Formats: sequence, structure tokens, C-alpha cells
Amino acid sequence: MSAMLEVRGLTKHFPVRRGLLRRVVGQVQAVNDVSFDVNEGETLAIVGESGCGKSTIGRTVLRLVEATDGSVRLDGEQILNLSTDAMRHIRRKLQIIFQDPFGSLNPRMTVAETLAEPLLLHGLATPDNVDDKVTELLRTCGLSSFHAQRYPHEFSGGQRQRVGIARALATRPRLIVCDEPVSALDVSVQAQIVNLLQDLQAQFGIGYIFISHDLAVVRHIAARVAVIYLGRIVEEATAEALFAAPRHPYTLSLIAAAPRPDPTNRDRSKPVQGDAPSALVPPPGCAFHPRCPMAQQVCCDERPELRTLGATRVACHFAEEVVPETATPQPSATAPRLQRRLDVLQGEALKRQNAI
Amino acid sequence: MAEQTLRAWLLTDTPSSRRHAKLSALYQGWLSFRSNTMAMVGLGILIALMLIAAAAPLLSPHDPFVQDLGNRLAPLGTEGHILGTDSLGRDILSRLIYGARITLYIVALVALIAPVVGLLVGTVSGYVGGWVDIVLMRITDIFLAFPRLVLALAFVAALGAGIENAVIAISLTAWPPYARIARAETLTIRSSDYISAIQLQGAGGFRIITKHIWPLCISSLIVRVTLDMAGIILAAAGLGFLGLGAQPPSPEWGAMISEGRRFILDHWWVATMPGLAIFTVSLAFNLLGDGLRDVLDPKAGE
Repeated sequence: MSAMLEVRGLTKHFPVRRGLLRRVVGQVQAVNDVSFDVNEGETLAIVGESGCGKSTIGRTVLRLVEATDGSVRLDGEQILNLSTDAMRHIRRKLQIIFQDPFGSLNPRMTVAETLAEPLLLHGLATPDNVDDKVTELLRTCGLSSFHAQRYPHEFSGGQRQRVGIARALATRPRLIVCDEPVSALDVSVQAQIVNLLQDLQAQFGIGYIFISHDLAVVRHIAARVAVIYLGRIVEEATAEALFAAPRHPYTLSLIAAAPRPDPTNRDRSKPVQGDAPSALVPPPGCAFHPRCPMAQQVCCDERPELRTLGATRVACHFAEEVVPETATPQPSATAPRLQRRLDVLQGEALKRQNAI
Repeated sequence: MAEQTLRAWLLTDTPSSRRHAKLSALYQGWLSFRSNTMAMVGLGILIALMLIAAAAPLLSPHDPFVQDLGNRLAPLGTEGHILGTDSLGRDILSRLIYGARITLYIVALVALIAPVVGLLVGTVSGYVGGWVDIVLMRITDIFLAFPRLVLALAFVAALGAGIENAVIAISLTAWPPYARIARAETLTIRSSDYISAIQLQGAGGFRIITKHIWPLCISSLIVRVTLDMAGIILAAAGLGFLGLGAQPPSPEWGAMISEGRRFILDHWWVATMPGLAIFTVSLAFNLLGDGLRDVLDPKAGE
């Protein structure tokens, strides 16, 4: 059985034009030969640092940006070369949730107008019952019917994001690209939105491509994770396997760089040095080699292909030698060091209480 | 009591219908506009002008076309002719009152044609981009490269003198700035996430331009129109003065100045009175435009 969404060899290069004649002087290789699957009701997270091309992948899959090469199949149908008219019907099944809840809603349209538009465009509602459908959508996303007549500036960030989700849901999509949907929200609201996304997935069986740089959220929501470095997938595995035993040194340093919930668990690995190289002139061989602590001569000469190693697909010459022990263990309430620290804190609290 | 509840109904935080919400927003805009004294003065002058133009036959003491050569060039305050008479003995006040109609007619037509043309050209150019953008913008540049009155003169010369042709000529010279503004707005709107979202929902270019981009461009265009009105009046008066706008018997203000020019040293009021009228109305439009900008500016609105 093939997956709901199959992406094969997706590539997007942006030409760089300079000078009077606007000649192409180079290509920004935003996305290079990226392949992945998303199944129905599954969440694939795409993680990586700023500018690595993760948003471009999402937008290329949706054809908001036209791909340079590759194929995207939705339910077996190739969509990258469809005409505008044929694409209009497919668009129903592919939606997006944006990062910035302030920029993603038309400031001059009420919530009801924003939500009614896709319903009417796709004939999912008639002018008679569109109000009921809008109310139903709002309820599904945890808003009330009286919110319908309001303008976006009357909402908080979390509420706007709910409106954005309601708009994406309006056409009953098969796949939603979540482009950093919680990065602009504060932590308590993040949790609400993530829970909402998970509930909706359970209810409607939607597949998510969850683009994020927040590993804590990814670990919580994703079934599988693809790590992107400079437009290429360097590692793809189930969330469990990836966080327990990262195979690529870049994944390792990403996980090490994330803040940990257990403060006694000190940093043991060195953070990645330097900036990501330019996507205009990617380094030869493995793109990560200038920053990789394990790099050897072969890394500069030969680009490692993705290969399967256990349940993981990884692109590294020395994947077997990456020491999984350096990965951060999931903090548990019974971790001895945490326990000790808690004891100390509680002891101090007790003492303070006694003093009063 | 009834007034109080209407006010409360208009200022409610929880409107009960779409129309209610729109009325409420309008009323709140009006409240902020009303606090601007100068803008209210401008609005007052313009409302007065419109009333005068509408009630011209009732207000004017004389027929603006009847000549009385025995009483020509009568000074200000003459019995029956408060603002005096012109070189053919016609009552200047009556002519000014009827002239308000012509002025409003020209301004209204130009204010309808130029922004609409500009909006069409600008939004299409900005949204479609590519070659369409380049071609449309270079055409806009060509129109912008000429001084406005000179270009209008050329058009009138080609089309023939007359009010309608003056309107067309002024509109042809007035649209490029609107196209520029609309294009600039479109470029920022086009790259926003909500346009991406509506594209994903399968809306076509026509729908996006008319339903999503136009409404967002219109407020800045309205402000520009009201600020431009003064220029339109001056251009119309300029054409009239040069004999290319409204033709002599009609009491167009520019043409009246032109007639009075010959006697300006000995009989200054003949040219001065229509000049004052043009000045007052232009000023009123500028004041109104400033006030509207404060209300409609989306950045200040939040």
C-alpha cells in the first residue's frame, strides 16, 4: 500500500539575479532531493535550524512555490504538473497553518467571512446554511459562535491561530502543512494549540507535516521526524528512535542544544560551532562537515547518501560510530540527580515554613 | 432616551449582525473624525457647497446669464449685487453659486474615473507581476513624466474644448499616482500569508484581486482622492482660465477669473471673488483629506 502523500526527489532552487541584465549568477539550493511519505492520520515533523529550507519544503508540496524538480503524489496522483483548474480541486485536500497568526488573517474580513469563503468556493455550503457551517467550524476549534462577527484584531494570538486552523479545516483536507504553528505563541497557549491539533487529527484522520524548530513540541506531537540540514534530509526516524538514539552528528547536536527540563542534567556535548554554510555555495561532500566534530577526509570528498540503519534513514559516513549515550535521556521523576535536587528544594521550603 | 439607546446600540462590543458591526465601526470612525476640528471645518464648507449647488436657483438673486450692460463692473456692496457685477453686468454672486455646480460636477467625475482606473491598473500590475507589471508601470511612468496641466492641455487640444473633455483630460492625467499607490499596496498584500491561504483554498486571480486586494487598497486611495481634489479643482480652473475648459457663457470659476483678468487693477473684485471661491473649496478638501487620513489610516486604526 502506498502512502497518502509521497514526495520523491523534491528540489527547489531559487535563481539569484544580479546586475543590469538580471543574469542568473547562482542558485540558492533551498531544497535538494528530498523524499518522504506521510500516511493518513500521521504526523511527520520536519526540523532544522533557520534557513535550512523546511518552510520551503512545505510550500513546495502545496505548490505555493513551484518546485524545480521532483514529484509529489497525493493518493497516487501526481500534483506538481497539474493545470491551475485541476489543481483547484486538489487544493481542497491540502491546507496550511501559518506561523504568524497576526499576518495570516485578512484584517478587513470578519472571521465569518474568512471561513465562509473556502466553504462557498468549493460548494461545501450554500449561502443558506453557510452560517451554520461556520459556527460548526468555530466550535470544532474551540471558539464560540459570537466570535464569527469579529475582526482579527479583536482576538488574541492563540484565538487567531484557532481561526487559522478552522480555515484550514474548512475544506476537510487530507493533509495540513503546519508551518511552525506554535512558535509565535506563548507556552501555555502552545500546549492548547498542540492538543487541538492532535484532537482534530484523531477526529478527522488528517496527516500533518509539522515544521518546527522546537524539539520539545516535535517530540510530543510527531510520529516520525525528518531532520533537514541545508535543504537535505540528513536523518529520518520515528520520534522515539530519533530522540533515544540519534544517528547523525547534526541531530545529536540539535538535541543537545535544546533546553532540558531537568536542570541537573548538565551539558556534556559541545554545541555546534559557527554558522550554517551558505545554500548558494554548499560545501562539497557532506554539507555538515565544516561543523561536524567527527568529520574526516572522506566527508569533504564524498556526499553520504541516505541509507537505512535499523529503523532510521541517515546520511552520514560514520552513522554507526555516533555514540547514542551522549543523547539526552528523557528526564524522569525518579532520576537520582533530579530526586536529590528536589529533596534539597523541598527541605529548604520546609525550613522556610518552619521559620515563619 | 431613544437617542441614548441608539448610541449604546452603535457602541456595543457584541454586535448582533454583520450590518450592526459595520454601522458600529462607521460610528466609531465618525466619533474620531469629529474630534478633529479642522477636518470638521472642511467638511462643513463642502456640505455648504453641495447645498448651495443643489439649491442654486433658489439662492441666487439674479439669473447668472442675464447681462445688464448699464450696470457693468459695479463694485462690491452695490444695491442688489453684493459681490458686484462683471464686465457684462452679470451678478458675480449668482455666477459663483451656479459655478459651484460645474466645479462639483468636474470634481465628482474625475474622482470617480481616476481612482478606479488607477486601482485597476495598479492591482493587476502588482498582482500579476512579470511582463504585465513592466508594461503597465512604464505606461504609468510616461504619464507621470509630463507636468499635469501641460498634459491635460494637450488632451483638451486634441479632444476639443468643453467640460466633458476637460474631465476626461484631467482624469487621464490624474490616474498614474493612484496606480502607483495601488500597486505598492498590492505588492505588500500579495506576499502576505492570508493571500497564500486563499490561493490554497482555490480562489482565482480575479476573485483575489476584487475581494481581497481592492478592499485593502481603497482606504489609502480615498485619502489620496480627497487630498487630490484640490489639485483637480485647480486643474479644472486652470483649463477654464486658458479657455479650454468650460466655455465662456457658463459661470465656471476659472473662466470667470480669466474674464476678470483684464480689469484686475481697476476692478479687482471681478477676478478676486471666483479666486476666493476656488481657494476656499481647495482648502476645505485638503482639511477633509487630512482628517480622513487620520481616521482611515490602517496603522493608526488598531
